[in-house]
Amino acid sequence: MDRREHLKILLAGTVGAGLFMGTACTEEDRKKSEEIIDKGPGFGYGRTDEEKAHDRRLHAETFFTETEFEMVNVLADIIIPADEESGSATESGVPDFIEFMMKDYPDFQVPTRGGLMWLNNQCLRRYDKPFLECNNDEQMDMIDEIAWPDDADPEMEYGVRFFNRMRDLTATGFFTSEMGIEYLDYRGNRPGFWDGVPEEVLEKHDKSYDEKTLKECIKEEDRYRIAEWDDDANIL
Amino acid sequence: MPFSNIKHQNSYDVVIVGSGAGGGMAAKVLADAGLSVAVLEAGGEYDPAKEEYRTQLRWPWESPRRGANTVRDFGDFDALWGGWQIDGEPYLVENDSSFDWFRARMLGGRTNHWGRISLRFGPKDFKRKSIDGLGENWPIGYEDVKPYYDRVDKLIGVFGTNEGLEDDPDGYFLPPPKPRLHELYFKEGAEKANIPVIPSRLSILTRPVNNERGACFFCNQCNRGCNVYGDFSAGSCLVQPAMKQGTVELYTNAMVREVTTNSDGLADGVIYIDKTDMQEKHVPARAVMLGASACESARILLNSKSSQHPNGLANGSGVVGHYLHDSTGADRMAIVPELIDRKRYNEDGVGGMHVYTPWWLDNEKMDFPRGYHLEYWGGMGMPGYGTGFSMDSMRQYVTDEFGKPSPNGGYGTGLKRDIKKLYGSTLGISGRGESVAMYDNYCEIDEGAVDKYGIPVLKFHYKWSDYERRQAQHMHDTFEEILTNLGGTLLGEKPGEESEYGLHTPGRIIHEVGTTRMGDDPETSVLNKYSQAHECENLYVVDAGSFVSQADKNPTWTILALSWRASDHLVDQMNKGNI
Repeated sequence: MDRREHLKILLAGTVGAGLFMGTACTEEDRKKSEEIIDKGPGFGYGRTDEEKAHDRRLHAETFFTETEFEMVNVLADIIIPADEESGSATESGVPDFIEFMMKDYPDFQVPTRGGLMWLNNQCLRRYDKPFLECNNDEQMDMIDEIAWPDDADPEMEYGVRFFNRMRDLTATGFFTSEMGIEYLDYRGNRPGFWDGVPEEVLEKHDKSYDEKTLKECIKEEDRYRIAEWDDDANIL
Repeated sequence: MPFSNIKHQNSYDVVIVGSGAGGGMAAKVLADAGLSVAVLEAGGEYDPAKEEYRTQLRWPWESPRRGANTVRDFGDFDALWGGWQIDGEPYLVENDSSFDWFRARMLGGRTNHWGRISLRFGPKDFKRKSIDGLGENWPIGYEDVKPYYDRVDKLIGVFGTNEGLEDDPDGYFLPPPKPRLHELYFKEGAEKANIPVIPSRLSILTRPVNNERGACFFCNQCNRGCNVYGDFSAGSCLVQPAMKQGTVELYTNAMVREVTTNSDGLADGVIYIDKTDMQEKHVPARAVMLGASACESARILLNSKSSQHPNGLANGSGVVGHYLHDSTGADRMAIVPELIDRKRYNEDGVGGMHVYTPWWLDNEKMDFPRGYHLEYWGGMGMPGYGTGFSMDSMRQYVTDEFGKPSPNGGYGTGLKRDIKKLYGSTLGISGRGESVAMYDNYCEIDEGAVDKYGIPVLKFHYKWSDYERRQAQHMHDTFEEILTNLGGTLLGEKPGEESEYGLHTPGRIIHEVGTTRMGDDPETSVLNKYSQAHECENLYVVDAGSFVSQADKNPTWTILALSWRASDHLVDQMNKGNI
């Protein structure tokens, strides 16, 4: 069983008893499911019980049809492809993130479903076949009509807005994934000591710390010393 | 007693409503004085040191929404339980006015979500009416509060520097962190315009103040709650230490409806709804302290009607709920070409800005009466939901080696690289100012609506005046000057009259104060200068309801100082047998 199946089982036992009972489900399955979900991504990061229940509900729903989801996969990898520096949007898990956001922020649903439908209609009109059946050149010709907002034909405005949204979601999904953060080269989110901007960076930007700043700011050797002050409020 | 069918809890010397800055500080001071205390909190228990609550040092991919704010208003990793709207706890707003009310439902209250900006009010802040004729003077001055600010500095810890500024008083500061790169840009840009930039004053432990709390380890995530208590939150820094004294009991999920009074009209406890069984319960006490937040405490008083107090408790003057005022707020953003494609290093720093600008001008020379301070933001923070957005308008700021701008929008490896280059190149300024307290800005009980606990709810009436609009206009001129000076390209448009010069909706800065203001005259104020109700001597209000005017400062440090002062007064009155 995959994660989604586990979620369905768990839900069947809580809110929607009978809903998913086509698959026989033992007590053991239920326990196993609970274990997987509580340890799995998305539930073990300081959630309240209400939030856990909410996310379980969202995970157990499916928004995109199979065809739509396939289109999302293709679009995501057009927007963020693999190259010598990193993997692609789909490799970083973007389509699952977009599927989740459709349910998490329902205002996305109509314009995204409508946008995918619009894209198919355009392709049918041009090539007499839906987007997924178009060859690569046909797909890219179509995408080029809607990917460049400053140069797009006004008739393409709806498609431009749809593609802007897909670009936003794909980019943010990628740059908040483990792969994307490694590519971005973000260096923080770990305990340490901040001792100011590195010297070579200061130089490059023609900036410096003045004497007053260097004198009054926290020094690493003092950081664990319990603070005491003299009578004039000077820290010792 | 009219409560024959209500479950009675143990009796205490003092019952405190709320566990945030005001309630938490009162609990600490009263526990240290050996009093028995009940702390009633409307939400659940919370401790950022426990793994089950930990959001600190998580990665964005641990959240299926990548930190988006669809569940928690300030993002999925923010520590706060509660928000602008709470299920089953509505509030109303008068048609032609606006107010957004941010509420916490957890131990520590809203101190689990704040910028840790910890500013003392200055001598002028207590006497604004004497300067500009508007509003009212406080019945106390800086010299009355200074000893308490000193104690709060030492007990809780705040970094900053003694600058000798008249209205931004010195204190007992911990060393500040060095400015980040974008903060050096701000310093340069502001100083070109003769606007001073000084180290910020945040209650974050760059050095420890005791053995119970750890030193900051620079993850930039104070809003997520700190595993080592390296920043100030009332739950971990006040309520927990108070409970160690052994005389304090914490009631969680206790939604207080009213203060009860005896036949003399004195407070004798509170009634709360226990959210776990939806039963009404009564906690008897010799004295009551309200620290439920300015508006929630006003609501409790207005809902505490009796034959002695037909207008609501402590409300013979009709002033309860009035003079509600929040800080003003406006913001602007820019992109700095010199910061595009910048070198990477860990720039997290503390959970907030390392430098800021206190109000630097003289209002007598301005066309608006009250000042504002500037908060600076930017840098290479942790990516989250929204990182990589808006490439349909932002990509043009990346240029190639010949100076040719990238086309907006697009896709592919080029897009991916441009997003990487743009990371850390935008920054911005927020102005946060003082508004003038007005009688006509207020909250009242709407008799037609109750929450799911059956408690009548608040209705808000609030409008900005020209004082705030002109101030916001000035803020935007300042933003543009600084952002342009530092080499930035302004983003967005300067807001005009049609959008109230970009002023945020009242309530949005979450500094609402003034609903039970203090004063010497019981006809025009609710509390005396010790935060004690004029009409009910064993009742105190220890949240920001007591504020007469807001100042161009964040209210938390003053809430803490005044709560300590009120608690000292209560202990003294009890020792003397007056209460």
